[in-house]
Amino acid sequence: MAEVRYEAASRLYPGAEEPAVNKLNLDIADGELLVLVGPSGCGKSTALRMLAGLETVTSGSVHINGVDVTLKPPQDRDIAMVFQNYALYPSMTVAQNMGFALKQAKVPKAEREAQVREAARILDLTEYLDRKPKNLSGGQRQRVAMGRAIVRKPQVFLMDEPLSNLDAKLRVQTRTELVDLQARLGVTTVYVTHDQVEAMTMGDRVAVLKFGELQQVDAPRTLYSAPANKFVAGFIGSPAMNLLDAEDVDGAPGIAGAAIPLEESVLSQLKSQDLDQVAVGVRPEHLTLGTTGIEGEVTVVEELGSESFVHVTVSHRGEPTTLVVRDRGETETGRGDRVKVDFGGPIHVFGSDGLRVEA
Amino acid sequence: MALFTRAPKAEPILGQNRVVAAILGLLTWIIGLLFFFPLFWLVLNGFKEESVANASPTLVFDPTTDRFCDVTATSKWVSWFTELTNLCQPSEVTGGGLLTFSEAFSNSFWIVLISTVLVMILAVPAAYALAIRPMRKWRDVLFFFISTKFLPIVGIIMPVWIIARDLNLLGTRTVLVILYTAMNLPLAVWMLRSFFAEVPKELIEAAQIDGCSLMGQLRQVILPIVAPGLAATALLCVIFAWNEFFFAIQLNPTGASTMPVWVNAQQNFQGQFLAELSAASVLATFPVVIAGWVAQKRMIRGLAMGAIK
Ligand SMILES: Nc1ncnc2c1ncn2[C@@H]1O[C@H](COP(=O)(O)OP(=O)(O)OP(=O)(O)O)[C@@H](O)[C@H]1O
Ligand SMILES: [Mg+2]
Repeated sequence: MAEVRYEAASRLYPGAEEPAVNKLNLDIADGELLVLVGPSGCGKSTALRMLAGLETVTSGSVHINGVDVTLKPPQDRDIAMVFQNYALYPSMTVAQNMGFALKQAKVPKAEREAQVREAARILDLTEYLDRKPKNLSGGQRQRVAMGRAIVRKPQVFLMDEPLSNLDAKLRVQTRTELVDLQARLGVTTVYVTHDQVEAMTMGDRVAVLKFGELQQVDAPRTLYSAPANKFVAGFIGSPAMNLLDAEDVDGAPGIAGAAIPLEESVLSQLKSQDLDQVAVGVRPEHLTLGTTGIEGEVTVVEELGSESFVHVTVSHRGEPTTLVVRDRGETETGRGDRVKVDFGGPIHVFGSDGLRVEA
Repeated sequence: MALFTRAPKAEPILGQNRVVAAILGLLTWIIGLLFFFPLFWLVLNGFKEESVANASPTLVFDPTTDRFCDVTATSKWVSWFTELTNLCQPSEVTGGGLLTFSEAFSNSFWIVLISTVLVMILAVPAAYALAIRPMRKWRDVLFFFISTKFLPIVGIIMPVWIIARDLNLLGTRTVLVILYTAMNLPLAVWMLRSFFAEVPKELIEAAQIDGCSLMGQLRQVILPIVAPGLAATALLCVIFAWNEFFFAIQLNPTGASTMPVWVNAQQNFQGQFLAELSAASVLATFPVVIAGWVAQKRMIRGLAMGAIK
């Protein structure tokens, strides 16, 4: 059991101009499942590997359970890691793979076997204990990699996209199993993914990275309802938020000629800003198709069964712009229809600096 | 080095004429047999009487194993254990200055074995360092290793001979052990490095996180994966050391020498020796052919290791 802290931790790769992780400050509570998410190349893996001791911290520090581990080798950090490609030892059986760390720690054989068997039972791997990794399916390998981590009872679990090699259905199933397992074991976990759905469904809190910089760290719900900046707003949520540069409609921000219903406090904060630089965002479920609002033409209808997403092209700032609107399943709206889009929920406003303008 | 593999029956290449395919197949056989023929003739000659071997070539003759008996006749089988204990002394010249078969064989055996073991012990850490924890300019280091093979051996035999003489090593097996180790080391480092480079980086990282020491990572994680490569490398070293002739004849022409020197000694100036020489050559080639044949599968897997997962 341990809490983890990054203190202005940076990693500059030799020869690189910009740090891959830039002054990361992050506190992870004991037993928490924190998800690091962001687009490819944003430094998620690097941040995780800094915690593992596999990557040098060029400035700042990393702490586990209050102890500065910045200079400690991986062996001495009492962590377990699940790799994207699982990194199972090919010459060892499943049981040997899972017991390897215990063997290194000189745990007596009988105890080791008991712990491996217990972990195998939890992960439903008992019948595969004598197999070599190459004779397992992808899902089973993934579970062995998990098993190797949980047998150790480490202070922290580190996982780098552990589900990305599974097919879609298995991924969803394993996702919930993993969350359940983590909650039961209560081990502090840092989980890296580029999939924002995975991040939202799994994390107690989610940290969003971009170009090595932390953008926001919050509970998934907060991240969704109050994104701290334009980047987070666009990154979190599927389909993505409608995010547009505002139009000046009679001195207030608007979309396609229509003024947006905004609170007085927000409007007053925008007084000093150039409205052309302000961005507004509305999630698809906060737009409605009806008889009033912005006029446009339907170009695409994505039918998902329980709901559908209607793409409406409107004229915004003199150019055709697409708004995605959520509609009910089996909608009658079809391509080419002329419709009206109205606001039906919270609207996010981001100032010229890209930061959220709070009411 | 005999590496015969049975290829799966070739699929005709699309659009290729059957006749062309047949001709190409035939040509392959002819070339193959051309390469094989001298070896075949050598074996055949070994089973002939001297007079038959020296007469006009024939395939019809009464086979005899007498030549094999002749060349090994002076055999005095010594226990390999005692051989090992006096490995470092220059051995007595026995049988009127002639190297016997059993002496040559056990000399070769021990020289090859010890030099190969030394090569592997030295090459594994070097290859590990170059592949897995490369320092700056590791390419230059690798190039330096292989550059030692650029010099023709004839060009350096004089200094080597003088050094060996001054160290009192002429005529000993030790000098050959040292030279064969030095001779095979660059090749072994070079080969092993490429095998080590195939080991996924994550495996080593996983082992580190699992609390494995450096030696533990090497022994428990890396070596099992590169085992076929190790076997292939060791086998090549064995073959090169076993076949080496020039150093052996220059530095150690007498009692402590090796199989190639012994084969060479089967020539004489008083009579016909073709059959005896053939028999001796067969005996000298035999162990390498057997080793190559036994290790064939591993070796090919080792040499093609990039393909294994
Ligand atoms: N060994 C390295 N040497 C130099 N630069 C590196 C190295 N590893 C990663 N980088 C760079 O650092 C940045 C962050 O890489 P990182 O692997 O952390 O990204 P990531 O967020 O995990 O991306 P992905 O989702 O694609 O795995 C990238 O721009 C990458 O090019
Ligand atoms: Mg990554």
